Amino acid sequence: MTAPRAVALALAISILGSLALVAIYVFGGSIQLQGIGLALALGGLGTAIVIWAVGLIEAPIEVEERHSFAAQEREASIAEGAADGEQISRRRFLSRLLAGAGAILTAALVLPAFSLGPQPGTDLFRTAWRRGMRLVDAGNQPLRPDDIVLDSVTTVFPEGFVGRPDTQTLLIKVRPSDLALPSGRDAWAPEGCIAYSKVCTHAGCPVGLYRAREHLLLCPCHQSTFDVLRGATPIFGPAARPLPQLPMEVDPEGYLVALGDFPEPIGPGFWDMTHIPADGG
Amino acid sequence: MLTWIDERLGLADWARAGLRKVFPDHWSFLLGEVALFCLVVLVLTGVFLTLFYVPDATTVTYSGPWLPLRGQTVSAAYDSVMRLSFEVRAGLVMRQIHHWAALVFVAAIVVHLLRIFFTGAFRRPREINWLIGIGLLLLALAMGITGYSLPDDLLSGTGLRVIYSVVIAIPFIGPYLAFLVFGGEFPTSEIISRLFVFHVMLLPALLIGGVLVHLAILVRQKHSQYAVPRATEHNVVGRAFWPSQAFKSTGLAILTAAVLALMGGLVQINPIWSYGPFDATTVSSPAQPDWYVGWLDGALRLFPPIEITALGVTIPSPFIPGVLLPGIAFGIMTLWPFLEAWVTGEHAEHQILDGPRQRPLRTAFGVAGLLVFVILTLAGGNDVVALIFGVPVEAMTNILRVAIVVVPLLGFGLTYRVCTEMRDARAGIGHPRMVRLRRTSAGGFEEDDPD
Repeated sequence: MTAPRAVALALAISILGSLALVAIYVFGGSIQLQGIGLALALGGLGTAIVIWAVGLIEAPIEVEERHSFAAQEREASIAEGAADGEQISRRRFLSRLLAGAGAILTAALVLPAFSLGPQPGTDLFRTAWRRGMRLVDAGNQPLRPDDIVLDSVTTVFPEGFVGRPDTQTLLIKVRPSDLALPSGRDAWAPEGCIAYSKVCTHAGCPVGLYRAREHLLLCPCHQSTFDVLRGATPIFGPAARPLPQLPMEVDPEGYLVALGDFPEPIGPGFWDMTHIPADGG
Repeated sequence: MLTWIDERLGLADWARAGLRKVFPDHWSFLLGEVALFCLVVLVLTGVFLTLFYVPDATTVTYSGPWLPLRGQTVSAAYDSVMRLSFEVRAGLVMRQIHHWAALVFVAAIVVHLLRIFFTGAFRRPREINWLIGIGLLLLALAMGITGYSLPDDLLSGTGLRVIYSVVIAIPFIGPYLAFLVFGGEFPTSEIISRLFVFHVMLLPALLIGGVLVHLAILVRQKHSQYAVPRATEHNVVGRAFWPSQAFKSTGLAILTAAVLALMGGLVQINPIWSYGPFDATTVSSPAQPDWYVGWLDGALRLFPPIEITALGVTIPSPFIPGVLLPGIAFGIMTLWPFLEAWVTGEHAEHQILDGPRQRPLRTAFGVAGLLVFVILTLAGGNDVVALIFGVPVEAMTNILRVAIVVVPLLGFGLTYRVCTEMRDARAGIGHPRMVRLRRTSAGGFEEDDPD
């Protein structure tokens, strides 16, 4: 076999090895296959370069004088490799093949970076809130509307998920007559108790401040301000969306329970947030 | 002994030439050196900190000497920084010197960059070193942000949360990218150990490698110089490296370390024990990041509440101030040498530096950019600024929303005017010719002929 053919063959093996490596990563495969794939990809590339060096590069023997460091004059040794005109097109083909093999191998080697994290899936659309879950405070105590002081604010979670960041919810009690919620939500605020996601719809900070006299929730990070009486509509700052409201009712034992998850994704926005997955959980 | 080494390595001539190398003598050429010496201090203190820091999000119960936190659940990372601060002898001073050195490091880089910009030192043949410099600035910022977040305290955790929100705001790739970087939906237990790997391994390797290339190119190209007597485009006028410049630089290095030590010892910074450990359901107020991130936080605060959804694609409100704005800012900075050469049509080599007044347009652009930075930084602390001036934070935000448009424009116009006036005054353009008047015997005046 001629040297150019051997180089092309070795590069082809390398490309196949890299493609196999991609396939093994995407579809899953054993450690043995991963090792063999990588060895073929690298081995093919290395073999091709070695054959290239030995069989395709005509390098004349050169002599470079060795100088004692005492004398610093240095003569440049000049020698030029002769390029054969006939072989240029074949070399161009091999060079391109080499570049291609290198590029595919690089892509295959970058793939494991995808092991760093899961796919977002529905994580950004859902929280753990489900129909019938009781609202509990940070001490895991379920709450009755009567337990809640007027104009107070409590951070609540679904029972069994205390401290779970995306479920954090603010429970506020106001005079029912003051409320001016968007239509269809009147039943979500039994006895003046309303619950909004605590995660700011701007940059995700916990909306930690409540100005009870004005019924305003304030995010300390970027000063987004939400009107509690009117469905937590943003009235100042960079937040553009209201805090999602948790639908809830009072269960037969008198405790506050959720009617389901938040109707919209909570927290900071993302590009496909309006494509809410079909099953509402 | 030296002869013995020289016979084997042949470095004597090279070293002799190096010691004789001439450096132009001007205080503004030492700004980059301050950054370099901060980096040395950062490496030395950083190595000490690494010996005690635990990059682990596993929760433990705090049982150290800081009473307010006794019995609280904290992460192992936070616990190790608390131990470093209160129980490791000399631990707190190392931590504080490290943090102050980081702030001064970025500051020195920025001031160095401003000097390069306003004197036109980025022009041919120094475009490559300008690009490397911008890369080093970005690496320094990445070092700052990753390091700031390591203690896993409430303040830095809130900062990470904002970064996560900015990343998921990127159209199409945001959620995927954020999940790869953070290992899932914020907050994750992976992020601390990842930040650690970047902060102590990948980023420092790139940063130190980049600095070495930056310096090698500087030596190779020889330093630019101001138009001092005898200076031309074909020489370097200054003092030899040995002994004058070597002594000055060594002195500067030790004095930089001395100032950082004084700050580390006397000025409290990042008291994580008063912030408390990170908890995803609480937040501290006021919350301000380190100074070099303030402008981005300020942009997030000032940006109007606009969230557009078109064709099913939402552009979340943090995208423009949090991603697009810094992208454009660093894009312009990176390309500036090429943009300027393209606009002015000047492609010649420049070894003699400009005075800022000689280039009114460049200087005016620089001042406007600086004013944008200053106003956004103020906006990053708008709650604190509002408190100081006793105005509602809403009013403060609205004032700054106007200022961010008006002030840079005014600054641009004023700078341009002042620079052209100064330049023309020197060149004697645009000013009425000076004449001598002579009073005639009749009581009138006539021009005195100079000849």
